[in-house]
Amino acid sequence: MGAVATALPTAVFARAETDARFVLVILRGAADGLAIAAPYGDGNYRKVRGDLALPAPGQDGGLLKLDGMFGLHPSLAGVYDEYGKNQALIVHAVASPYRERSHFDGQDVLENGGSDVGLLRDGWLNRALAPLGGSLGNETAIALAVNTPLVLRGENSVTSWAPSQLPDAEESTIRRLQDLYADDEFFATRLTQALRSQEIAGDDRSMRRMRRKAKDIEQVRAMMQATAKFLTAKNGPRIAVLEAGGWDTHANQGASTGSLANRLAGLDTGLIALRDGLGSTWSDTVVAVVTEFGRTVKVNGTRGTDHGTATAAILLGGAINGGRVLADWPGLGKSDLYEGRDLMPTADARSLFKGILADHLDIPDSLLERSVFPDSAAAPPMENLIRG
Amino acid sequence: MKNSTVIATNRFGLGARPGDLDIVDRNPQSWLLDQLQGPSRLPVDIESLPHSSNVLVDIQNLKQEKKQRKKSEGDEPAPKSARMYGRSVRGYFNDQAIARYRAAAASDYPFHERLVHFWSNHFAISADQQPLPAITGLFENEAIRPNVTGNFADMLLAAEQHPAMILFLDNERSIGPNSELGRRAKRRAKNRNLGLNENLAREILELHTLGVDGGYTQQDVTTFAKVITGWSIGGMSDSGRFADGDPGTFEFREIIHESGKQTLLGKSYPQSGVEQGEAVLRDLAAHPATAKFLATKLARHFVADEPPTRLVDELAATYLETDGDLSAVYEALVQANEPWRKIHAKYKTPHEFVISTFRAFDHVPDDARFVTRALDMMGQSPFRPGSPEGWPDTAEQWGGADGLYKRIEWCNTVARVVGSRARPVELGEAVLGPALSAKTRKSIARAESGVQGLTLLLASPEFQRR
Repeated sequence: MGAVATALPTAVFARAETDARFVLVILRGAADGLAIAAPYGDGNYRKVRGDLALPAPGQDGGLLKLDGMFGLHPSLAGVYDEYGKNQALIVHAVASPYRERSHFDGQDVLENGGSDVGLLRDGWLNRALAPLGGSLGNETAIALAVNTPLVLRGENSVTSWAPSQLPDAEESTIRRLQDLYADDEFFATRLTQALRSQEIAGDDRSMRRMRRKAKDIEQVRAMMQATAKFLTAKNGPRIAVLEAGGWDTHANQGASTGSLANRLAGLDTGLIALRDGLGSTWSDTVVAVVTEFGRTVKVNGTRGTDHGTATAAILLGGAINGGRVLADWPGLGKSDLYEGRDLMPTADARSLFKGILADHLDIPDSLLERSVFPDSAAAPPMENLIRG
Repeated sequence: MKNSTVIATNRFGLGARPGDLDIVDRNPQSWLLDQLQGPSRLPVDIESLPHSSNVLVDIQNLKQEKKQRKKSEGDEPAPKSARMYGRSVRGYFNDQAIARYRAAAASDYPFHERLVHFWSNHFAISADQQPLPAITGLFENEAIRPNVTGNFADMLLAAEQHPAMILFLDNERSIGPNSELGRRAKRRAKNRNLGLNENLAREILELHTLGVDGGYTQQDVTTFAKVITGWSIGGMSDSGRFADGDPGTFEFREIIHESGKQTLLGKSYPQSGVEQGEAVLRDLAAHPATAKFLATKLARHFVADEPPTRLVDELAATYLETDGDLSAVYEALVQANEPWRKIHAKYKTPHEFVISTFRAFDHVPDDARFVTRALDMMGQSPFRPGSPEGWPDTAEQWGGADGLYKRIEWCNTVARVVGSRARPVELGEAVLGPALSAKTRKSIARAESGVQGLTLLLASPEFQRR
């Protein structure tokens, strides 16, 4: 495989000066922000969360204390270590501008960066790529997925990679396909990108053996390790998008232990594997873990939670100005809630993304306001997310 | 040979087998319309599958055994019974998956078969949580297949009352706050919100009928969720309140049903019991927003990622005029001009692609894992779309670089494993007809081996589109 990829024309590429790396992790299915970072200091918390309330810090299976108000889910011990090093930041009561409760529309708005459903067909992270350079075969951004998620789809060329258990096609077959595809841009572009990804990923046996099992912690870890490999490759991508499903906890969500706790443990293991894989590059890295919306404050009839509004986001990485929780806490009293049932949003996810894009990836304000997040004047960039 | 022959076999059908094009070429439109009668009997692979109620009972027994053994052996894991349970679920899943791909590969009614897949994706169930992997394929055969050329309302009712759907969207224990059980629970524990789960109600409105822009509110969702409280499954436990009913089949549980008149989308529903929900479903099926939503999806599937407005309007009008007669809608679709303008209008999904490679080789697969693993790799695991929205139907969703690479690996694999005796150029002519480009033909002819020639044919742009 290697020979084919190096046989590609040497691409002329221009890249911005920055060495900054950015990893976006999308938790699909609406992850419960009140379980990721629980407001144990809110007098209403235990009452409204009932069986799903997490024990206070210090107790058995208790929260990991972030400050006097918030505690991190006990499954997120690795993230908590980073928090202790001021390299993790929790943003709470955050939501995209979407205010209904459909996963699919919610993910659309989170990813397309519009102010409402269906306004934009491409993704905000793709639109932000324009000033970052890159070229065919040396794309700035990669989706660690067979199918590129909306947030990365658009005019700017991006690549993708996912592990395979199928046997390699022969080199001469690939060469002939390059020729066969030459007049068809759709196929030609994708093949060039795929070959470059194959070159970086290499013939790593552990990746080849990797199973695509939804609940497998190993899988998150292996994907994160692959991400690290891409982000540290010479002329490799600088931006990566990963997705993880299974957060739609309508039934038997659990508290310190249980299904959500297991998911979070998988995520935590993965994030730490990413940190370890990035090595010294970690200091220039921002990882943002986000979800389309939160879940109901109250527990439903099946010991789970239903679709809600505001949630929590996790930022971590050596470039993060962390060790704190960023929240204009709306409270959990009945009258504090959005439509009497959900955590009220007090921060806009677009502000969070704009803060990262502006201060970490140096995307000009004019581009952010004009095309990356159109109609987002009401959501100014969050300041001081990034270490000065 | 007519271009419409290629369109009929490829875009409306599941891809040509050698010899198919000559048959279809006599009259492509009639070839399609004749399939609306459907085969006189079920495909034999499908027919031999067990009924979902039997599977659910079997699974429940195994689960019980697993539990009991765990109890009797203390905290020690019970490897044998746990393994048996897992093996059994996997066995059911694999039997159903391979039956589906065998039926698709061998079908003489590929348009009919494609419609089964289309609707099963519309009413998508994702086989992620137990025991769904054991019955998701059966859902397609029991709820969708019998209704695919009938009336949409019948399919809607069959789908929403199928145990797989009720389990998938958590309705089996959704309890009306003022139902008998709901009131009792409230008296006992004041704060315990024993109750309503909105999941099924929301997805019916958003994904199965009106569509997300269909004009309903959160209040409608909550009310509808109350209307369908009690839509549950029989014999969910050996004793207690959820023990009633025939195990593994739809069971209406009065004790958790929120009784009384309900008002939904401006209309009042005085009915009692299960009839209330059925009345709502029939009204939803007849709603103009549903007509528009379904027409758009059909036109997107059969004509273009951006479906032509005129055609969508025509299909929606036909739907409303015929009270949801799906065959009438298909007929309008086949007889419209729009589908026949371009020989290639869609990038095949991995599912479509894999089926069409089998058909090109006239090969009926027999190893479930061979098929499911390949589709896992290509990002479209059978029966596992991951969400009730089902699989997307546009090129931009399937057009990732890695996705193409996986297809190429598949072409090479399938050419090696099942296609080695076929002659590449002749096969190309037989399955692509006038769509085979001079460039592809030349490339195939110059291949250094038969397997390479076949790989190039299957990986060619014209084979990957429909």
